[in-house]
Amino acid sequence: MAVDISRSALEGASSMTGGETRFDVAVVGAGPAGTTCALLLARAGLEVALIERGPYPGSKNTFGGVLYRHPLEQIVPRFWERAPIERKVIDKQYWLLTEDSAVKLGHRSRRFAEEPYNTFTVLRAKFDRWYAEEAREAGAMLIPSTVALEAIRDERGRVIGVRTDREQGDLYASVVVAADGVNSLLSRQLGLHGELRPEHVALGVKEVIALGEDRIRERFNLEGDEGADISLLGAVTKGMVGGGFIYTNRDTVSVGVVANADAYRRSGNSPVDLLEEMKAHPLIRPLLEGGQLKEYQAHLIPEGGFDAMPPLCADGLLVVGDAAGLVNAAFFEGSNHAILSGQLAAETILEAKSKGDFSAQALAGYERRLRQSVTLRDLKGLRRLPGLLHSHPQYFAIYPELLNEAAHHFLAADGRPKRDKVRGALKAVTARRSPWQLLRDLWDVWRGTNLWP
Amino acid sequence: MALALRIEDKLYITKFRVDDKSHLKIKDKEKCRQCIGRPCLTCCPVRGYQLQEDGTVAADYEGCLECGTCRVLCPEQNLEWHYPTGGMGVIYRYG
Repeated sequence: MAVDISRSALEGASSMTGGETRFDVAVVGAGPAGTTCALLLARAGLEVALIERGPYPGSKNTFGGVLYRHPLEQIVPRFWERAPIERKVIDKQYWLLTEDSAVKLGHRSRRFAEEPYNTFTVLRAKFDRWYAEEAREAGAMLIPSTVALEAIRDERGRVIGVRTDREQGDLYASVVVAADGVNSLLSRQLGLHGELRPEHVALGVKEVIALGEDRIRERFNLEGDEGADISLLGAVTKGMVGGGFIYTNRDTVSVGVVANADAYRRSGNSPVDLLEEMKAHPLIRPLLEGGQLKEYQAHLIPEGGFDAMPPLCADGLLVVGDAAGLVNAAFFEGSNHAILSGQLAAETILEAKSKGDFSAQALAGYERRLRQSVTLRDLKGLRRLPGLLHSHPQYFAIYPELLNEAAHHFLAADGRPKRDKVRGALKAVTARRSPWQLLRDLWDVWRGTNLWP
Repeated sequence: MALALRIEDKLYITKFRVDDKSHLKIKDKEKCRQCIGRPCLTCCPVRGYQLQEDGTVAADYEGCLECGTCRVLCPEQNLEWHYPTGGMGVIYRYG
């Protein structure tokens, strides 16, 4: 049905302009970045096309599972009252896993159970669809089931529209916004960057498993619509850079594992097996027992950071969200930066429109805004991290084991004097990593993360 | 239902609208025959690539989740990788 609506809409727009379909802005991709941009531009009165290749927004999209309050709250105030959110996260945990044990760190706060809340679990097929509907209601024309095949350029190379896979599907616009995700065929076709490098992307695979609300509350110690967010590091990735996750949705859980694509290639590990083994882990299996699979998903994540980003603008073009590589992998952030980039792109386009100039120079304000924002300040601060993790796999392979071994020595009820237990715990660590190596690893993280005030 | 499922079963549960033409194309079959490692065989999250008896590789587009890992990892950049026709391919109901 969505297909028919959009087709007539597209033809309607085309006939209004005497054959040529013209918009102020064509946004390619109705994910968080593209929809934010389209929504804000439509509110400002611009003619906006929001092109989505799936039958509805969200139908091609997935992520781990957590949406942040900021910056969506600025765009849709009190969105949690209307958006299809699953649970309000009150509990964030990190499990450092071996094959049969875990050292757990976490934070649970009642403050996160109260307005304005903090983070929310969402399912993207529902959330993105709702969000794009907001844009549509604001006046953007949503065009689903439509692939943007390539950018249309004029004789001087300026982007002036997109060619879609519809019959007579050329759309002309003053600005095209590439919000077409990690694979961004659009920005590669334009030569903004070459093929993604394996070390710059991570592959995530995920299952949505139905458990029922009662079991979720019991197993994760939650009340009402409170949620838990568990990050899993260590054995689940078999030494590859990455980690697993468990997020509680309303009556399902999202369970998945993410690992660097180059690490997959070098190790020969299979993502299919990795996820199955993670679900069978003795500390994870009881949480999922009796669940029923609802969906299996896979997606790439651009984790190359600051130095892997493509150019963000060209004549008549802006690149936002995953297409621009705006993911802070160390902190599991992406959708928030996507939304912010969409917002900054919209501000820039409005400024360009007021001047009637859509050249790369006029659109460069987008990059300036992004550099001043939390997105690029964080990514820049962490620019060395992707390379560091690549050259220091011990953070994922050895440290979870060391910590578990030390904890086991210290906590084992074996009647030994405490001094011996502390010595045993320290020995368990230094047997695998010398004091010098420990210091070196610590120093490298310190140096690799320029976040310290 | 048991939690451990074969990939075929996982894909059966996941919704697809299968395009009548493939969006994945191996450019030069000979290159796959000589490829060292053949990462596509292990890295594809739906095991969509199968080694054939003659040493070439066959791509099954029907269960493709459109992630792009095969394209990124192909050592020979030997894949023509597009999106399926608009509205086709995987359709997440949860996401």
